[in-house]
Amino acid sequence: MSLLKPGHRGCAGCGDALAGKFVLDALGEDCIVVSPTGCLEVFTTPYPESAWGVPWIHSLFENAAAVASGVEAALKAMGKMNNTKIVVIGGDGATMDIGLQAISGAFERGHDLTYICVDNEAYMNTGIQRSSGTPKYANTTTSPAGKVSFGNPLNKKNMPAIIAAHGSPYVATASVAYAPDMMKKVKKAAQIKGPTYVHVHAPCCTGWKFEGSKTIEVGRLAVETALWPLYEMEKGEVTGVRKIKNRKPVEEYLKVQGRFRHLFTMEGGAGEIKNIQATADWNVKHFGLE
Amino acid sequence: MRNRMVVVEGSYAVAHAVKVCKPHVISAYPITPQTHIVEDLSQFVADGEMNCAYMNVESEFSAISALIGASAAGARTYSATTSQGLALMHEALFNASGMRLPIVMTVVNRALSAPINIWNDQQDSISQRDTGWIQLYAEDVQESADMTPQLYKIAEDEDVLLPAMACMDGFILSHVYEPVILLEQSLTDEFLPDYSPEFVLDPKNPMSFGTFADPSTYTEFRYKQEKAMGAALKKIEEVALEFSEKYGRYYGGLIDSYMLEDAEIVIMAMGSVIGTIKDTIDMLRKEGESVGLLKVRSFRPFPADEIRKALKNAKVVITLDKNISVGKNEGALCTEVKACMYNNRDARAPVIGFMLGHGGRDIPISTIVKIINKAKLVEKGIFIESEFADLREDLA
Repeated sequence: MSLLKPGHRGCAGCGDALAGKFVLDALGEDCIVVSPTGCLEVFTTPYPESAWGVPWIHSLFENAAAVASGVEAALKAMGKMNNTKIVVIGGDGATMDIGLQAISGAFERGHDLTYICVDNEAYMNTGIQRSSGTPKYANTTTSPAGKVSFGNPLNKKNMPAIIAAHGSPYVATASVAYAPDMMKKVKKAAQIKGPTYVHVHAPCCTGWKFEGSKTIEVGRLAVETALWPLYEMEKGEVTGVRKIKNRKPVEEYLKVQGRFRHLFTMEGGAGEIKNIQATADWNVKHFGLE
Repeated sequence: MRNRMVVVEGSYAVAHAVKVCKPHVISAYPITPQTHIVEDLSQFVADGEMNCAYMNVESEFSAISALIGASAAGARTYSATTSQGLALMHEALFNASGMRLPIVMTVVNRALSAPINIWNDQQDSISQRDTGWIQLYAEDVQESADMTPQLYKIAEDEDVLLPAMACMDGFILSHVYEPVILLEQSLTDEFLPDYSPEFVLDPKNPMSFGTFADPSTYTEFRYKQEKAMGAALKKIEEVALEFSEKYGRYYGGLIDSYMLEDAEIVIMAMGSVIGTIKDTIDMLRKEGESVGLLKVRSFRPFPADEIRKALKNAKVVITLDKNISVGKNEGALCTEVKACMYNNRDARAPVIGFMLGHGGRDIPISTIVKIINKAKLVEKGIFIESEFADLREDLA
């Protein structure tokens, strides 16, 4: 049985739950998980139940990286670190918005920990509000499409680049739709000394508005359209990419999700889809995906 | 005893006390007037005198957050902060207490902004009253240092398991040079047992910390925190006595008194102003005045029973506060003493509040005398609820 036990309260088809399961499948029992506030924290630990088969701690929304660095410092100071892996599993809001300062501090200090951002591209736990992980033009409850709006007006923050700029020895992107690739990267990140980072794309059927049975399909389309490039960076340089055969147009990814539906119905939507295609094309060129 | 005394800065005495308590993890962010404590600790680590992880974090918020992680992993932990730094920790203070992590932190009391001011008052720690931390207030440098092992022993007790603040007045105690006895390592090793908590983050025995509690379970977590504070009431008294037996020094447990027994006018206060009050009492007693002191050492847990008993013979009670609840026109000690006197048959003296010493304004004996003279008006039937005692008329 997985170390993330069944019976938790995640939605059917939840990408976060898959991410949590794959992280523990990759790392095994000898790890300590720190979770900031978010869906994963809430649905896995309704007291007195817990789905975690490994030691787990949640403190606050914005401090997971600081808590994890304290766990690491304590184990080292007490001579109990051995091979134990310290892992943060946090959402996009906790990582890219409210927890950014604590992450910057932890990576600068160089703690031996792995930070996994499970990115479902909005504040799903509070009801699908926009975060800095929300892609441009996505309809969220605080960046709704309307008569004079195509949804979120801002570009997604490039979090892996920010982490790489801290001198992290290993930064990777992954997707729950490519489980073996994700687990390989999580394992590699945990084995490398120092603060490492894996940014995992985790489709959210509830927030993105698609059938719960299509999580993997949607996640794959993000990669196949080059909107979610899979790559690895070591010491700031891109060292590996997952090549795309037969790249698909971005419409194929957008049209299966309710959060982009307005682009297909509103006047001028086609032009915005072209902008999204331009982002995908830039990714292909920048990362050499073809 | 005399030959063991050394003249050191208050901050050094505290840092030395922390050293002999052997914390595994120290995490701190520099802020005036806490800096000398963390500088001295950093030097101990740099010189190999301390075997601990010293974390230079990027904010007070991460300082306390790192200790939450470290304490949950089973480490003895320490931080020091003040004023804005403590305010920045606010959210995490509730969390540390709710998770029952016995972190010990020195709060070098300082005023809060705006206007920005680096000098002493107690608005910072008073504002954290309801976060679930034990709060003891020190009278002098020796007590500030001695509080450290006492608080570890109280906080780490299995019936308590609450974080604790050792509050010392900024500059007045942190930057003053006084003759003190530095805590002996051998005595401290005997006094303070190793911290070996039952519940820790351990892959061999996985547990979940900080889970989600819905309305069907949340209340009982608060109830148990309150019960733990109740246990701390006893433990603070016990530990003060144990400390006295081991080291030969005693400052009171929850409260302490001076010339209190027969006093008609009783002054209540916390922190370094206690020394000034004692001098004032000595002076006034010579003039035949019936004045005494009730020192509040523990503000959380609040020793209501002990205070009621101590005020049994008082005719007028004066509270001094270096803080104000703006909109209530009184300080926290005033409010709390009045509240504990209300449902009480034995002690029925009126309680009048004076706020003073804000933002480092000096509190000379003359201010205390002026307050006592005002209190005498109350005996004559002129009632004062609460007021500033040291306003500059030219600016007010």
